[in-house]
Amino acid sequence: MKNRGALLLMQIAIAAALILVWYVGSSVPIGGKFLLPKFFFSTPAEVLARIQKMFSTASIWRHIHITLTETALAFFIGSGLGIVIGFWFARKPTVAAVLDPYVKAANALPRVVLAPIFMLWFGLGLWSKVALGVTLVFFIVFFNVYQGVKEVNPVILANARMLGMNDRQLMRHVYWPAALSWMFSSLHTSVGFALVGAVVGEYLGSAAGLGYLIQEAEGVFDVAGVFAGMIVLAVVVLVIDWLVTLIENRLLAWRPRATERF
Amino acid sequence: MRPDVSTASPDQAKPAVELRGVEVAFRLADGTDYRAVRDIDLAIAPGEFVTIVGPTGCGKSTLLNAVAGLVSVRGAVRIFGSPLAGLNRRAGYLFQQDALMPWKTALANVAVALEPAGVSAGEARDRAGEWLQRVGLANFMDRYPHQLSGGQRKRVALAQTLIRDPEILLMDEPFGPLDAQTRALMGDLLLSLWSADRKAVIFVTHDLDEAISLADRVVVMSAGPAARIIAEHRINLPRPRVSADIRLEPRFHALQRAIWADLRDEVMRAYASGAAGAAA
Repeated sequence: MKNRGALLLMQIAIAAALILVWYVGSSVPIGGKFLLPKFFFSTPAEVLARIQKMFSTASIWRHIHITLTETALAFFIGSGLGIVIGFWFARKPTVAAVLDPYVKAANALPRVVLAPIFMLWFGLGLWSKVALGVTLVFFIVFFNVYQGVKEVNPVILANARMLGMNDRQLMRHVYWPAALSWMFSSLHTSVGFALVGAVVGEYLGSAAGLGYLIQEAEGVFDVAGVFAGMIVLAVVVLVIDWLVTLIENRLLAWRPRATERF
Repeated sequence: MRPDVSTASPDQAKPAVELRGVEVAFRLADGTDYRAVRDIDLAIAPGEFVTIVGPTGCGKSTLLNAVAGLVSVRGAVRIFGSPLAGLNRRAGYLFQQDALMPWKTALANVAVALEPAGVSAGEARDRAGEWLQRVGLANFMDRYPHQLSGGQRKRVALAQTLIRDPEILLMDEPFGPLDAQTRALMGDLLLSLWSADRKAVIFVTHDLDEAISLADRVVVMSAGPAARIIAEHRINLPRPRVSADIRLEPRFHALQRAIWADLRDEVMRAYASGAAGAAA
């Protein structure tokens, strides 16, 4: 791996190249035609102006705040349920065997079809988006915790038992850390899905949030607005992902990294 | 589960571990029973160091698991005279594979071994620190297992087992994955710790040199399945021993020849029946 500076430079170069292609295609006529007509693709300058305008009124912060609140609620509720039920299934094989087809069916269901139902049940506000995010996050965490508890290294378990640990101590020192390590390793995915749930929920029906902004702009063929919303959303995603990496490095300090194996 | 002072002395008269007519069988996936060991009669006195050698796949580990209470057996397993029911609370077990909790530091791995005995967290950490010092890891207490070498991990595991002060120590090829030099050093460390307060030790190994240099008595097992004990050799080499020196003694070689004579045919049989491939 090259040093961080060179890496960042290459990443910025890719962004610059994409913007250049976009600019040329939408602003410089080639043979009397635009490769990327303004109506469908807008222009970099227009989108930038739109983003500036969004942040000048400060209302954008309210939308970001609402989307993040929904994401956080979906993540914590979904993870909590996933951990509890994952543990329950792993420790009670009969329960797991009986409920197996239901879990598979529920997981195979495309979550978008649930959105209208959730809007009926929970209204157009925050909670219908949270519910949608929960259905996404739950299954990721659930499967990871289930797997993690079921596949605890039998030697570590036998050793802990020979050290005299009772069920409660085994839970605390062996099962729980094993399950959490699996859950944390899927942290990026589950946080990402919490955000997807929130944005899709907003998109399908709401009065606030980043998904709502994009949907509103699309409704009036305001392509610059759609792109501006998408770019703000992308930046939010990058910031969240960076925070998750920080948290992950703290929580999984005991794990070998690829570069320090010997 | 430690004996109090009043029961400790009559205990000393009885064998620490006594196996009478022990047989261990497993139900295989195809429904048939696989007899791992049979007709095992073995008594280990308190403070005695016994090593068990045998060809691969002969059920040495199974025998340890029977004493640990990790598998169910036919026949009698008595620990200081009382029949074993469930896990053997008076034994510590050092496994062949890495058994440390990877999410805990070396110090936490050793300290947690005192939690079942109800020792307070602070005191457990202090005592764990002392033990890590004793096994030569004073500078590695805050390392996670993956940051330690194989030999260092074995030292942590040794401290984790010994800090509970078990009366019986079960060791399943504990130094098997280590290189020859590290293994000899670990053997010496084990002997020096053992000589401080002699526990009954059952040490399984496939390395004859290691078996002789550590033990008071070497037990030889036949090839599996249905392995049994075919010979016992008393090792009357003087203690304290240093493995690098003792291996040069003429008496060491005489013992080596005598035990290998018993072992050789069994090793050949194990290879002929393909057990060597199926053992791991």
